[in-house]
Amino acid sequence: MQLSGAEITIRCLEEEGVEYIFGYPGGAVLFIYDALFQQDKVKHILVRHEQAALHAADAYARATGRPGVALVTSGPGVTNAVTGIATAYMDSIPMVVISGQVPTAAIGLDAFQEVDTVGITRPCVKHNFLVKRVEDLAETMKKAFYVATTGRPGPVLVDIPKDVSQQVTEFLYPAQVEMRSYNPGVKGHPGLIRQAVQMLLEARRPMVYAGGGVVLGEASEFLTQLVRELGVPCTNTLMGLGSYPATDPQFVGMLGMHGTYEANLAMHHCDVLLAVGARFDDRVIGNTRHFFVEGRRIIHIDIDPSSISKRVRVDVPIVGDVREVLQEMLKRVAETPQRLDPVALKQWWHQIGEWRARDCMHYERSDTLIKPQFVVETLYQVTQGDAIITSDVGQHQMWAAQYYKFDKPRRWLNSGGLGTMGFGLPAAMGAQLAFPDQVVACITGEASIQMCIQELSTCKQYHLPVKIINLNNRYLGMVRQWQQILHGNRYSESYMDALPDFVKLAESYGHVGIRIENPADVEGALREAFALKDRVVFLDFMTDPTENVFPMVKAGQGLTEMLLGAEDL
Amino acid sequence: MRHILSLLLENEAGALSRVAGLFSARGYNIESLTVAPTEDPTLSRMTIVTNGSAEVMEQITKQLNKLVDVVKVFDLNEGRHIERELMLVKMRAEAGAREEIKRTADIFRGRIVDVTDQTYTIELTGPRDKLDAFLEALDPLMILETVRTGASGIGRGDWIMRV
Repeated sequence: MQLSGAEITIRCLEEEGVEYIFGYPGGAVLFIYDALFQQDKVKHILVRHEQAALHAADAYARATGRPGVALVTSGPGVTNAVTGIATAYMDSIPMVVISGQVPTAAIGLDAFQEVDTVGITRPCVKHNFLVKRVEDLAETMKKAFYVATTGRPGPVLVDIPKDVSQQVTEFLYPAQVEMRSYNPGVKGHPGLIRQAVQMLLEARRPMVYAGGGVVLGEASEFLTQLVRELGVPCTNTLMGLGSYPATDPQFVGMLGMHGTYEANLAMHHCDVLLAVGARFDDRVIGNTRHFFVEGRRIIHIDIDPSSISKRVRVDVPIVGDVREVLQEMLKRVAETPQRLDPVALKQWWHQIGEWRARDCMHYERSDTLIKPQFVVETLYQVTQGDAIITSDVGQHQMWAAQYYKFDKPRRWLNSGGLGTMGFGLPAAMGAQLAFPDQVVACITGEASIQMCIQELSTCKQYHLPVKIINLNNRYLGMVRQWQQILHGNRYSESYMDALPDFVKLAESYGHVGIRIENPADVEGALREAFALKDRVVFLDFMTDPTENVFPMVKAGQGLTEMLLGAEDL
Repeated sequence: MRHILSLLLENEAGALSRVAGLFSARGYNIESLTVAPTEDPTLSRMTIVTNGSAEVMEQITKQLNKLVDVVKVFDLNEGRHIERELMLVKMRAEAGAREEIKRTADIFRGRIVDVTDQTYTIELTGPRDKLDAFLEALDPLMILETVRTGASGIGRGDWIMRV
């Protein structure tokens, strides 16, 4: 069948089962938009800024596990998209980004809306392609989906010059592609898996540390089985939340810079550490030298060999799909009668119990000031812990991670690696489209929300009834916290003066806005908002501006060197 | 420590910039980098001379392997290997100095490939230290121009790097 490049592009999306694409039209993609117009299988969501298209597609992928797709025009369309591409790249989110490019004959001539898209995006994509011939387009699209979704996932960009989208060729979508330079299917080494199981069974102070790779690799079920079978403690990274049920007694909370006292201490003092789909990030283990003051043996499972022995040397490196490796480990455990020494394990749990008793998540309640933690706790109760929560970046993100207990994977969508303010609202749109019947709430702050506030308009157009939980403390809260703790209370440019009236703003976009100023009104307002099932509700909580996130490990410090509250300042 | 990495990569536009970009983005050193298509026109062979600790070299190798255009990576330091570099040197060669230059070039098995009344252009091939030694043997005031290709490397013996 003879089709134009534009039609081929859309047909490829159809073949891949793409439901939604998020985008914004422009000169270089007009043929593609024309092809979109003439079909109804792939639905297009028109955002108000390309960054939001990327975040929405990204969140769609995070929530469903299927690749997100975005479409932007050349030049500023692409440069606006870069933040979103880098966000997805840092968190290994499968995504295919289609960008228009100036016609091939104009490339390199500083044409109108020309940028070197492949060059600009190269450091923040898993791979990218410039399609120079329409004959290569279908295969390139197939490769893009293949590379984006296999191995360690990531965003792949396909740059299509305008003339290529116009030219016509025979359309044939390959059923599969092979690339000699890309072989993502790695099976965990059986000998190392045996060794890992043995090491775990002989541990006296075992610890399981699971990250975003468990969510991406659909391995939560097997992680949970293994942890329960062995009776060992488990912690999650910010990206891994939900991969192990947070309400389970064996869960010791999130670890890291704002992790729990018990998780960080158990991480530090364990004798055998099983790291699954995590990468010993600087925000997770702090100072590596301090981390190695205590000797411990480390087993590390990851699909990406370059994540292993990058920041810390490990003893048992297992390169492989975490789902398969965990299944193999479970099989191995089932075959052996040996279990961990019950006396040692009991002592270890006793120790962890003492750390837990420190109750590090305790905060001062107030009748007059709305505590942000209280808002998140109430949100958790009101939504019965079953909402999809997106967040922006800063204090509110940490409180969301600490006080909303995620029992299932793919319920917590946040920008962990890049830390992109502006992610939350478009992410909520992507999640709501993927799951129209789910409760979706965006926990944000008055600073972050303004970075993609224009998307309130998109929510209106597509009837996406997301709920916005704005923890409004009139400060760039996390910046202010660091300035208070590390920069002698000099609040340089961290006060948000001249804030908009968010209630009126929401109303002007056609939504419902509620301002909440009293702790007594928090629950009522949340219930009222969630009762409005078909409306966007912007809840503007005027929270205590002085509240800080604790525990806190200052950047560069050791994991156990935690500030536990205002008394430690 | 100095390492010589051999790479096979897809002979595609942008493959070189992916490799070069990786080195700059992650702060790895490049002493030299050479690349050209192989007998199979779809493949390029690249030699990168770099340096780093064992940990850094492990990361460099892993990161290179992660690039979708890279087919194979091998650290030639892991076995016996041959390293060669080509250099062209343009010398001031006026009457009186010509004999001495010719003799020095002969000692290093260099060849004079271009001659004018005033200059010689000498071609010299060898490992890096031989090329360095040749330059040291010359009067620096007489050197007008030098150009070096950077090292190319290949394993010794039966070991073959191919797809």
